[in-house]
Parts: sequence; structure tokens; C-alpha cells
Amino acid sequence: MPAPASPSIVALHGVGKTFPNGTTALAGLELDVRQGEFLSLLGPSGCGKSTALRIIAGLSEPSAGSVTWPQQADAGNGGHRIGFVFQEPTLMPWTTVFNNVLLPLKLKHVARDQAAASVAAALDRVGLQKFSDAYPRELSGGMRMRVSIARALVTEPDLLLMDEPFAALDEITRFKLNNDLLEVWQALRTTVVFVTHSVFESVFLSNRIVVMAARPGRVFAELAIDAPYPRDQNFRTSAEYAGLCRRTSDALAQAMAAGG
Amino acid sequence: MSNPSATAHHGRVLRVALPIIVLALILFAWEAIVRIGNIPPYVLPAPSLILQTLIADGPLLWHSLLVTLLTTIEGFLLAAIGGVGLAVMFNQFRLLEYSLYPYAVILQVTPIVAVAPLLLIYLPQPLAVLACAWIVAFFPVLANTTLGLNSTDRNLADLFALYGASRGQVLWNLKLPAALPYILGGLRIAGGLSLIGAVVAEIAAGSAGAGSGLAYRIAEAGYRLNIPRMFAALLLLAVAGIVIFYALSLVNYLALRRWHESALEQER
Repeated sequence: MPAPASPSIVALHGVGKTFPNGTTALAGLELDVRQGEFLSLLGPSGCGKSTALRIIAGLSEPSAGSVTWPQQADAGNGGHRIGFVFQEPTLMPWTTVFNNVLLPLKLKHVARDQAAASVAAALDRVGLQKFSDAYPRELSGGMRMRVSIARALVTEPDLLLMDEPFAALDEITRFKLNNDLLEVWQALRTTVVFVTHSVFESVFLSNRIVVMAARPGRVFAELAIDAPYPRDQNFRTSAEYAGLCRRTSDALAQAMAAGG
Repeated sequence: MSNPSATAHHGRVLRVALPIIVLALILFAWEAIVRIGNIPPYVLPAPSLILQTLIADGPLLWHSLLVTLLTTIEGFLLAAIGGVGLAVMFNQFRLLEYSLYPYAVILQVTPIVAVAPLLLIYLPQPLAVLACAWIVAFFPVLANTTLGLNSTDRNLADLFALYGASRGQVLWNLKLPAALPYILGGLRIAGGLSLIGAVVAEIAAGSAGAGSGLAYRIAEAGYRLNIPRMFAALLLLAVAGIVIFYALSLVNYLALRRWHESALEQER
């Protein structure tokens, strides 16, 4: 597992975000995302965790502070590559699963043959290779989310940003996707920043949890989850997991009290 | 236990059979009233006489129908191209939208019946009729396409931004496909309106004494108190309207059946 000494992939320094309507979503946010880690941002709604993710993605400009990409210069791939998974699957309903996953490559003018191979590999990774020609609405909610993840993976991103991707799914599907996501992460070694409001999900998935407090959104506490990978059903029912969940839950409760 | 597919089939049969039964009853009553009351054909022709007229005047009315349909289709196509094209321009260039949108509205809200005589003064008659068909059909396409282009999923728009999509890529791969159901809805309205525009202009032109469209035949037959022919021509216009509507509905269905709520089968 990545030691704390892993190089930083992206760092936020003193980041603040105030929306035009005067709401302060973030103030003085300090966050360092390290190469190869699975980092969860955990917090109550309104703590700005999604806003932080959008700022990292470049979809939103910080009103204060800075975002730095230390390795950008030697990336050699024309800048940092980001995959983003939204809370909803956010698929184009008018076209097939294949074309949905192809989209990032198409927008980057990747040659069709090469792109088709990448799409097949990404669909294979999420177990949907047989559904290439299906339309999104012919799939279940969990399968749509898998397509969304395949689309995020198809560019082989250095950083995968996930904004409460499983919040709308039932628990059974969610557990399954948690397991599968960890498998993908271990296979690809992509850095993941995962936004969630579920203590259990964050403990199961992460190396590190950043607990955020609201009004204004800021980092409240940081917990290292040292349990070894691979984590599976045994881990989910272990005393160690329960203990980690309790610690994290306590930290979240304090964050919510502080954010009052 | 009732078989759900049999019930659905039953429903479809009723949807076709009931209107036909209603039509048969009305025609029967109409025929009976005219015969029993001995009503002269120049007051109210019987359905049987209208049918005879339709057959007797067939070649004349058929030719007129083609003239009107041609105008309608030309007006419709121009409205489709103009409406979608202008909506795209508006979407890409806000200043153009601010400059021209009020005039598009004025074009729409001014009653076409009042505009037609002026157009007939300034334009040769076929062109004036075409212009009328275009004016009334154009706005629903423009308005619906504008709505559709502005209705794209924000997360999808973010996704396109994340991958550095150009304006052209966003338009072609995101905005236009997302707007397709709206565009097709606008075209469905435009099809019927285009026929109305053509008819209004022909009637207006008819009183000036030139033209050969179906509406002109109605006006002409009216002056001659040839009421059966008026009915026959009217029947053809109604049929033309229905065909246009269902043809566009079919296009709508074929384009959207795989993905849009409006065109999906009820059974899931």
C-alpha cells in the first residue's frame, strides 16, 4: 500500500469557494492527494466535498487558494488525465453502451481501431463486454453505473474522481460495486478520490479518509485505514472493520457538531 | 387469469374499431336526415353524393391536391431547415438571438390570414403561398429546437468540458442529440401548420382569381354554390392533414424508440 511518503499527485492549498449567491462552500481547504492512494472525502451534505472534487477536476474555479499538480511537467501525456464518475450514471441515452464509453476517446480524436480496443478493455473490466450494443435504459441502475465507471477508465486516467457514485443504488448492488471497484483499483493502481456520506463505504474502500465539516467546508480530521487489501466480505464482517467504522463515525459526529 | 398481451391487443382493436363505428353512425344519420328531409344538395349534400363528386371530379381534385401538398412539403422543409438552423445559430451566438428573436415572435403572432394578402401583392403567387406555409410552420420548429438545445443534462455538459470538447463537438455530439425529441415534436406541429399556411394563402389568392390548389377549388366551388365539391375537397384536405401527421409520428417513433420515454413500448 502506498506509504505516506508517496509523491503528491494533486494538492489544494487554502482553497476557498464562494458561489455568486454568497454561499461559502469551502474555506481554507488543505488537501494533498498522493499517488496510488484511495482517498475518501467523508462529510455531511453541504460540507463542500463535491465542490472540492469539481475544483480538482477543473469544472469549477476556486475563489481563493491554489491547485497544484506537481507531476504535471513530466507526465508526458499532455497533462494530467482525469476520470470523473458522477452521482448519476450520466450516460447519453440516445446511443449504445459502446458509444458512451467511446465518448472520451472520440472527443480526443483517438483513431477508431485503437479506441474500439480500449472500449472493449474498459467494458471487460466492469464485466459488461456483452452489453456493448445495449442502450442505457435497457440496463439496471447498477449496470449503468458500471458503464459510467468504464467510461471514466477508458482514458486510463492518472486520477479517478468519484462523486457519491453509489449513493442512489440499493445496498446489495452497492456492496457488489464496492468490491468490484476495489478490484479495479488494485489492478490499475489508479489514484482515486471518492466522495461519500457513508462511513461504512469509506472505511471499506479507502487507505485514507478525510472527514470534512460544513459551514464553511473544511478538513476536520484525517484517518488512516491500515487494513490490508484485498478487502472482501470477510473484512466487511470483521471486528477490525467494525472498530474502524466506530472511530470514523465518531470523527464524523464531531465534525457535524463543529459544523453546526 | 387474463393474458396481458391479449388485453393489450384487445385495447388496440378497440382504438381502431370505435372511431370507425362512430364515423359509420354519423354518416348513416347524415344520409338519413338528408334523404328523409329532402334537403337540396346546395344546402347539405348527402355523404353518398360527396363520394360521387369525389370520383367524378377526381382528376381535377387530385391535381389540386398535389399542388397544395407540394407547397406544404416545400414550406415544411424550409421551416425545418430554417427553424433548426436558426435555433442552432441562436444557441451558438447569443447576440444574434437577442437581435432576431423578437422578430421571430412577431412573425408568429401576426395572424397569417392578415399577412397573406400583402404577400400576394409583393410576391408572385406560388412564392407567396410558399411563404405563408413557411411562416406558420417555422416558429414551432425554432421554439422547440431552442428549448431542446437548452435542455442538455448539466452533468453531461460537464463531462464534455472535462474531456476538452470543442464547441462543435458539444453541439454535434451532445446538444443536437439531446434536442432531437424536441425537434421532432416541433416538426410534427409544423407539418400540420404548413398545410394550414398553404390553404390560407390559396384562399386569399383564390379571391384574386389565380391558382389551382385544393383550397382554391374550395373557394371557387363556394362561389358557384357547388357544395358537394366543397365537401369533397375538404375531405381530401383532412386526409392530407392526417397522412402528414402520422407520417411525422412514424419518423418520430423510428428515431426515438430505442431511448426516449415518449416512444417506448408501455410493457417493460
